Amino acid sequence: MRNYESTFSKLLLVLFSLACMAFFALPLLWLLTAPFTPMTTLSVEIPDNPTLDNFRTVFKNEFAIRALFRNNLIIAGGAMLSVAAVATLASYGLSRTRIVGRDILVYVLMLFSSVVGGTAAMVPLFLLAYHLKLIDTHVGVILVMTGGLLPAAIFMMRDFVDSIPRSYEEAALVCGAGPFRIFRDIAFPLVRPGVAVVAIWAFVNAWGAFLIPVVMLRSPENMPASVALYSFYSEAGTPVHTLVSAYAFLYGLPVLVLYLLVNWRFGFRFFGGIKS
Amino acid sequence: MAKIQLENITKKFGELTAVNDVSLEVSDGEFVALLGPSGCGKTTTLRLIAGLEVPNEGRILIGDKEVTKLPPRERDIAMVFQDYALYPHMTLLDNIGYPLKVRGVAKPDMTARVTEVATELQIGDLLERRPGQVSGGQQQRASVARALVHQAQVFLFDEPLSNLDAKLRLEARAFLKHLQQEVGVTAVYVTHDQAEAMALADRIAVMNYGRVMQLGHPLDVYRRPANTFVAAFIGSPPMNLLPCEVDINAGKILFEGDRVLDIASYRERWGGVLKNGRDITLGVRPENIAISSTEVPGSIPSRVYVIQPLGGEWLVVTQVGGELVSVRLFQDEAPELSENVWLKFDLDRTFLYDKNGDLLQ
Ligand SMILES: Nc1ncnc2c1ncn2[C@@H]1O[C@H](COP(=O)(O)OP(=O)(O)OP(=O)(O)O)[C@@H](O)[C@H]1O
Ligand SMILES: [Mg+2]
Repeated sequence: MRNYESTFSKLLLVLFSLACMAFFALPLLWLLTAPFTPMTTLSVEIPDNPTLDNFRTVFKNEFAIRALFRNNLIIAGGAMLSVAAVATLASYGLSRTRIVGRDILVYVLMLFSSVVGGTAAMVPLFLLAYHLKLIDTHVGVILVMTGGLLPAAIFMMRDFVDSIPRSYEEAALVCGAGPFRIFRDIAFPLVRPGVAVVAIWAFVNAWGAFLIPVVMLRSPENMPASVALYSFYSEAGTPVHTLVSAYAFLYGLPVLVLYLLVNWRFGFRFFGGIKS
Repeated sequence: MAKIQLENITKKFGELTAVNDVSLEVSDGEFVALLGPSGCGKTTTLRLIAGLEVPNEGRILIGDKEVTKLPPRERDIAMVFQDYALYPHMTLLDNIGYPLKVRGVAKPDMTARVTEVATELQIGDLLERRPGQVSGGQQQRASVARALVHQAQVFLFDEPLSNLDAKLRLEARAFLKHLQQEVGVTAVYVTHDQAEAMALADRIAVMNYGRVMQLGHPLDVYRRPANTFVAAFIGSPPMNLLPCEVDINAGKILFEGDRVLDIASYRERWGGVLKNGRDITLGVRPENIAISSTEVPGSIPSRVYVIQPLGGEWLVVTQVGGELVSVRLFQDEAPELSENVWLKFDLDRTFLYDKNGDLLQ
């Protein structure tokens, strides 16, 4: 009886998971097929005669292409570099020094980040950027994005840094190395997988950002792809499925490539050197 | 090479006193072993000398320079860590050569020197591998090589051979001994292995609860333990310790169960220091007891409990009242003993300890 029941509940669980999977997988499948279909609808169908015409049309839209291949790269790349650099140094410092109330500091930072990065702080952030003459500049967007992403990034990085035994750095100290050299030769190479994870995470976040760029930027030629996507809407305000899907396909590609690249280059391997 | 001086060093971790008022002087070219049970503060003492910890009290001098608060790189030391601490992302070549790289030695010179040291330690053909790709014993030798690769003022070893099998350990030990005699390195060497300490060290410091219980030449520490802790810690099996009462005027030692040992002829030696004869502990090593099946003068009766062969020697464990007394016999064939035997202590090598456990005389 109990066996029967547990089989039944397992079956239910599998069915439920399948339903959930279908719910999330369908849009992705659509994104894979739609761009290559001449007359796209909202249903997933394998195209009879696949075409690249949609991409040709998209590439004729200069505004959208500049948004994607210039502005988005600048914003996401800039945010990625600044978040990764600051988070690495900050978390290393936080992990390796004895500061009273260190953990509280990190949690308070976390808490504030949801405000700084969020809608609530948009007005003061806008005013701040205005007085610093950073409105309609990519630097302004990068700074605001960095501010919003940093606390969570530091939080993530600290886990990586904390998991590196201090013995390595102590061994280097005894070998005669100074603090800067130890960071460069020992600590940084060891936390590099963590840096890669945080960098990707920051890149993806900035890549998809909509609200902050739309508020901080003025001129169309500075807008990122998330805004430019709307240039593929008809005058009546409805999306042109063929072009939107083709553009979205291009929009999603770099994130995927970056992920694969970093995973291939750094992976998450870890060679031992400490007796356990 | 330089001498090391620790002056009244105390190191606390919160409530816990890991090193308690330790004074130790290691002369130029001397090899001192720190021996003691787990958690007694050996590693902490090494870390204090290395500059990885700063003492709460006391001074540390290397050469004639006070280094108490200086960072490690201003002390010119080399250290082997208990957990090896080889850099996982570097090859063994880069690991071992790191102290040279930091000092700006050119790559070809570094490679030559590393190969030389690594070959001595039999890991010369593993230099292209990373620490994760070699065995524990090989990692340990790599960390020893990293310490030896450059000529430091002071060498600190934290159980550097603990993970090697018996044969490799003997070879590595011989290599270290050779190095010590050849180069005359100043070294502090932490080990659990008494035989290793005896073999390598010029002097041994036995530690317990952060204090140095005895400091001396290995044979002195073995032959004349300064207190019952050292007596029970050094030697395998360790010294027999028997509670007793001494009546110095009558020239007698009284054990449990009315056993009496005549020490009239030793009144001279012990008389001066024995005021109160109660709560005394008698210590005698298993090899300094003669055993016989018949009563001989100056012996005490006991019962055979168990006889263990130790390969070329025998360990006879006997019972004196409630206490076990081990006797070592150096002979090939199994000892033939009746159940009741008499033990005769070599009184020249028998020691009395007061109720605090300190040696009397
Ligand atoms: N960083 C630290 N913080 C708190 N307590 C510590 C720290 N380092 C060591 N201790 C404590 O100090 C005492 C001495 O430690 P130490 O590592 O010196 O022992 P040890 O003699 O090397 O032992 P073992 O033979 O097991 O290596 C131990 O009780 C240990 O728990
Ligand atoms: Mg230790």
